[in-house]
Amino acid sequence: MDDRPASTVSALEYDPAPESAAVARLRESYGLFVGGAFVEAADGATFETLNPATEEPLARVAQAGEADVVAAVAAARRAYDKVWRKTTGPQRSKYLFRIARLIQERSRELAVLESLDNGKPIRESRDLDVPLAAAHFFYYAGWADKLDHAGFGPDPRPLGVAGQIIPWNFPLLMAAWKLAPALAAGNTCVLKPAETTPLSVLVLAEILQQAELPDGVVNVVTGDGSAGAALVASPVDKVAFTGSTEVGKVIQRRLAGRGTRLTLELGGKGANIVFDDAPIDEVVEGIVDGIFFNQGHVCCAGSRLLVQESVAEEVLHRLRRRVDQLRVGDPLDKNTDVGAINSAAQLEKIRELTDWGEREGATRYTSPCALPERGYWFAPTVFTEVAQTHRIAREEVFGPVLSVLTFRTPEEAVAKANNTTYGLACGVWSEKGSRTLWVAERLRAGVVWANTYNRFDPASPFGGVRESGFGREGGRHGLEAYLDV
Amino acid sequence: MSERLDVRKTYKLLVGGAFPRSESGRSYEIVDAKGRFLANVAQASRKDVRDAVVAARSAQRAWWSLAPSNRGQVLYRLAEMAEARAGELAEQVGRAEGLRAGEARASVGRSIDRLVWYAGWCDKVAQVLGSQNPVAGPYFNFSVPVPSGVVGVLADQASSLEALVDAVAAPLATGNAVVALASETRPIPAVLLGEMSATSDLVPGALNVLTGRTGELAPVLASHEDVDGLDLGGAEDDLAGELAALAAETVTRVLRGADPRDRSLKRLRAFVETSTVWHTIGQ
Repeated sequence: MDDRPASTVSALEYDPAPESAAVARLRESYGLFVGGAFVEAADGATFETLNPATEEPLARVAQAGEADVVAAVAAARRAYDKVWRKTTGPQRSKYLFRIARLIQERSRELAVLESLDNGKPIRESRDLDVPLAAAHFFYYAGWADKLDHAGFGPDPRPLGVAGQIIPWNFPLLMAAWKLAPALAAGNTCVLKPAETTPLSVLVLAEILQQAELPDGVVNVVTGDGSAGAALVASPVDKVAFTGSTEVGKVIQRRLAGRGTRLTLELGGKGANIVFDDAPIDEVVEGIVDGIFFNQGHVCCAGSRLLVQESVAEEVLHRLRRRVDQLRVGDPLDKNTDVGAINSAAQLEKIRELTDWGEREGATRYTSPCALPERGYWFAPTVFTEVAQTHRIAREEVFGPVLSVLTFRTPEEAVAKANNTTYGLACGVWSEKGSRTLWVAERLRAGVVWANTYNRFDPASPFGGVRESGFGREGGRHGLEAYLDV
Repeated sequence: MSERLDVRKTYKLLVGGAFPRSESGRSYEIVDAKGRFLANVAQASRKDVRDAVVAARSAQRAWWSLAPSNRGQVLYRLAEMAEARAGELAEQVGRAEGLRAGEARASVGRSIDRLVWYAGWCDKVAQVLGSQNPVAGPYFNFSVPVPSGVVGVLADQASSLEALVDAVAAPLATGNAVVALASETRPIPAVLLGEMSATSDLVPGALNVLTGRTGELAPVLASHEDVDGLDLGGAEDDLAGELAALAAETVTRVLRGADPRDRSLKRLRAFVETSTVWHTIGQ
């Protein structure tokens, strides 16, 4: 394939292979999930959630006000005091196993719904988001009755009520990352999904009902940032937030001096470092996975490519050819590689930063792919001649936009990779193990992927250093966020 | 025959392995628990705090790059130094805290034992807090605890040595560099500890000790961009809230209160980051 002229490859047409939207079993309206029941907001407020691929409304969803958040926290508190804290580890474990199974059983529905609401390709929601969400429940199910052995001393206690705020890039998966360890450790939860992607979490709430999880152990309050702010202001024992560094700082400031536990999983500006001895074809796939996976709406995206000067030309040549092959379009089409940008606001932000990229003198390469007329789309884009001072090298674009920088020595690669206030994830590509470990040791990042990128597993701790936040999700380490230790 | 005139000591700051007076030239008076004059100590300025953070940042790399067992030996050496000067420490702890001699000696003894405890942790913490993670797929995946970096410590205001030792030894054991603000009114044992650290092969700058007004210095430390962690043990509730809010501006990790008698690993876990590496497995 690689030896064929690009024009031949792009001439190959695929027939559409769309998944049926009906599988999602969309309803016209969705309520809040409080005390085990779906309810309307106290003041009856609702908002619309759109399909970002078509700009068509999908459903109306209840907008939680302060009173609703207070009610949800009270329900979680009651459930904690009356039921959940008295539930034994083995019982909690079995509830979580049930939830994992139910997610698997309804996986197709969840995947289609996720792609409709979020805009991500069905291939990703089907093969990654939903299976990993189930895997997280499976993993933490097994911890619920083994907390004494988790390394935090004998008989570690839960914190109480956890307020959890999650982003729109992996709605169901982030809900699983938050709920599974919290419940395993014996906490009750009030979860606030992102405004633009509430639907899959509400189906998860239905699953919790089907699992007969006691009422109030998990509550879901949908709505905009005001619902999240109300949750942070409420008398919860713990706040867990995944989202932007900007909002994370506001939350940390609001909780200052309050004694509420906090974990933050914030933004990133991941460096993907390519050494001259790395196998170029694998590298190119890794770069593409690193930045174009999930439209680049990934906090740990490999958004800065650091490539060793001696191979830069070759890598970039092959990268452009590969980027040209990415199929951008209908998220429900199983052939689609890159789906829709999640919202008009996000699209605007990506455009603003890429305009700055050109204005500041970087060279822009945009995939010539055709984009649908309706919906929010952004063609895969690669900037070369990027300086470390450029906004596209410093700020999180959160879109399918790669900034390429070069280096000569491992020291220079490390210095450039660390030249950011973030520290979430980095990639290292080299066949030389000793060099990879040398670099990994020096990178200020919570996760380092060597000869791979964007891998996730419930057993592997994930989270950042510096302004990418604190606390870990996944693995034994993920329990610490929900235990009083 | 005239009585010998004693040589009085000037208590200075410890910054980057050197003992400067405050760059501001200021000092303030320290009295004992009964209000009697003890000494003049240097009153650090904001600039001294910033200098100490710079020294700590540069020392942290060298401190962390030592072999873990070597770091353990350095902390044990510090315990040896403290033991040799236990009488002096006990006298100053007793005066500062108004303790009887026996109580002061016991407190110093516990402080030294705590140093020994942490010395032993240096080369064990990675195994206890780290892991190899059983992920799906052909990957070798492991997590190791790495230091947050530079940790600011507000020493307890009442416990002049014991709480301080606990607060500085834990982050040092995990490879951090420390800038400690001594108890405002009882700083002398902290200064002595700093002096001992300078003869313990501790990397210069890995521990910095400042004396002065907590209300003036702590906000500079808390809001400093290059401070990665903050132990607010010695701050009153109101000040602690204010400092935690300043720390939020750069997502600084904040520890609020940990009992020095507590044998949990809370302090060791407070200022480490879990770094996880995935490496492909293949032929």
